[in-house]
Amino acid sequence: MTKKITKSGSISRRRLLTTVSAGAALAASPFRVNLLQAQEATIKVGFPVPLTGPYGAEAQDQVRAAEVAIAEFNEGGGLNGRKAELVVRDDKLNPGEAATRTLELIEKEKVSFVVGSLSAAVQLAINNVTKQRGIIFNSISQSDTINEASDFSKYTFHEALAPHLTAGAVGRYAFSKFGKKVAFLTADYAYGHEMVRGFQEAGKAFNVETLIDVRHPVGTTDFSTLLPRIQALKPDILCINNFGRDQQIALKQATDFGLKKSMKLIAPILLFTGRVAAGAQAFEGVAGGTSYYWGIEDKIASAKAFNDRFRKANGGKVPSDYGALGYSGVKTLLMGAKAANSLDADKVIAAVEALKYDYYKGPQYYRKCDHQSVQSVLIIESKPTDPKNEADVFNVISTEAANEANLRTCEALGHKS
Amino acid sequence: MAGLSFDLIALQLFAGLALGAIYVLFAIGLSLIFGMLTVVNFAHGAFYMVGAYVGLYILSLGGNFWVCLILVPIAVGLFGLAVERVLIRPLYGRGIDYPLLLTFGLSYVMVELVRIVFGKTGFPFDTPEVLQGAVNIGVGYFPLYRLFVIGATAAVLLSLWLFLEKTSFGLIIRAGARDPQIVRVLGVNVARVWLIVFGIGTAIAGFAGLLAAPLQGLIPEMGGTILAEAFVVTVVGGMGSIGGAVLAGLLVGVVVSMTSLFAPEMAKVSIFALMAVVLIVRPQGFFGRAGLMS
Repeated sequence: MTKKITKSGSISRRRLLTTVSAGAALAASPFRVNLLQAQEATIKVGFPVPLTGPYGAEAQDQVRAAEVAIAEFNEGGGLNGRKAELVVRDDKLNPGEAATRTLELIEKEKVSFVVGSLSAAVQLAINNVTKQRGIIFNSISQSDTINEASDFSKYTFHEALAPHLTAGAVGRYAFSKFGKKVAFLTADYAYGHEMVRGFQEAGKAFNVETLIDVRHPVGTTDFSTLLPRIQALKPDILCINNFGRDQQIALKQATDFGLKKSMKLIAPILLFTGRVAAGAQAFEGVAGGTSYYWGIEDKIASAKAFNDRFRKANGGKVPSDYGALGYSGVKTLLMGAKAANSLDADKVIAAVEALKYDYYKGPQYYRKCDHQSVQSVLIIESKPTDPKNEADVFNVISTEAANEANLRTCEALGHKS
Repeated sequence: MAGLSFDLIALQLFAGLALGAIYVLFAIGLSLIFGMLTVVNFAHGAFYMVGAYVGLYILSLGGNFWVCLILVPIAVGLFGLAVERVLIRPLYGRGIDYPLLLTFGLSYVMVELVRIVFGKTGFPFDTPEVLQGAVNIGVGYFPLYRLFVIGATAAVLLSLWLFLEKTSFGLIIRAGARDPQIVRVLGVNVARVWLIVFGIGTAIAGFAGLLAAPLQGLIPEMGGTILAEAFVVTVVGGMGSIGGAVLAGLLVGVVVSMTSLFAPEMAKVSIFALMAVVLIVRPQGFFGRAGLMS
């Protein structure tokens, strides 16, 4: 009896040892990854954004907002119990770096989707990789090119606004109110050029006259030699088509030169973080466009829900414009996967194309031909003084509702239908 | 070219000179340190950035802009003294690239520290109230604050000139720059002289950063662009010549301004084109001593 017990005990101990060592070996081997993937692996969403560099603040906000989308998806039970996970990489605002990181996300991390980018050029580099590999990519920064037939593929989605749409919306608002004689101060690269084209296309309906288009190099820190000429031409409106620090400095120095006294300053995009960094003085009275401002939560229920969720996760902070795009960019793909009940690219594409969604700013959907998200554009103006609530910096003065007619036509983009 | 009037060209010329004055201010600390110590201070832009952030800090403590004008150069200068004593001094006599590489690395450390302490996002820096707005200078409106910067630059140059040319300590500095060995034999503590020169050079860099803050706002990387501009001015004027830096700064400003009027997208390149032309025709710059770099 005693002997038997000992024997069975020793067997079970031996068995235990083999099981443990086999388990340990398995855990250490690459098989484990495959094994897990076959069963209940998480759905990985690759997220290359420029964490370091001039747009680091926006990129970090994009990550925070994307995490909200992931958390909501997981709380909703995931995809038949499969949870999602955000895999963040720093693209350093460099197209080459972004392509390498994206490839790594696909090859090593085996991501199902890629969402991200914060530059026109970087998103095209990511898109090049994802379309070759057949991985769905949702771009969350502005570009007109990504919608064009030459860069587009069925795997490409564009959740951010298109410059043509943004500049057009701001133009349609401003040209009817402030006058027809327009001067441009433009950063000399794709983004600036696309914005000018957007303004001018929208301006045709108003018989807008372009007095001058001053092109300055990206990274200009002193605009004092560019402003006297603009001032001498006496335009009704000055469009400032640059981004980030260029925009902050241009607005600051235009204010110093007293330009605001004789003309209306507008910008295709006013950044929440830029306004906070440059202060009330520089941005006072400047009107511009944005995809999102947290203040619309008074009127739009989905905005309120998103803001509250974001505040809860981030110590009361509100999401920024580009940050919020991280949320919707991830959310649409995950909801598409859920609707398709699959991670198969073609099924998810069909499901995302069919989505009619209102996740944070009102109704949106992806246009079939170029997968551009058709959405509203907010026209905002900076509040004159620094308010008590430091996040309360803009007034929404107009909203252009989602309308496909404001986008470039599918034919103009080179698509067949 | 519609709308080109005499007034516009005159205003453009003036804007160029005003911009030139800012370039001079950026370059003068760099030029002083190089001329007297033959140290190429690659951390010049970082000291400039630190000046702006120290100003921001003083404002946050309740100080005003005028207090900053006095305290910022003192604070940055003291920091410069410490850097010279601890980091630069052991490298004297080891060739020009040693301090160059050290200050290059130091600039990265300084920028990263500011990022850690103040964050990556920039800060606004409002123009002091009495200097806000634009005034009519006869041919058009020009920002009052920029006129103030021109005045401040002139004041810095004048006091530097008086100090170097009219005081006995200035005489020792100039002698030390020519022949440190003889000066040492004469019983002068050359190490102390160099320490003070480095302190003054960095103090002026910090002062320039403070004055630039209301023009551009603050970000940790703000020193990067001005370092390039300051180098061009220093090289065109002749490495180490303060008079040369003044002339070169004003010239660069006017060249940028006139390029901006006719081909604005070329404005940035024009600076370097000018430098290339000057270096081909006169490799030591306007007033540079030949062979200072060797």
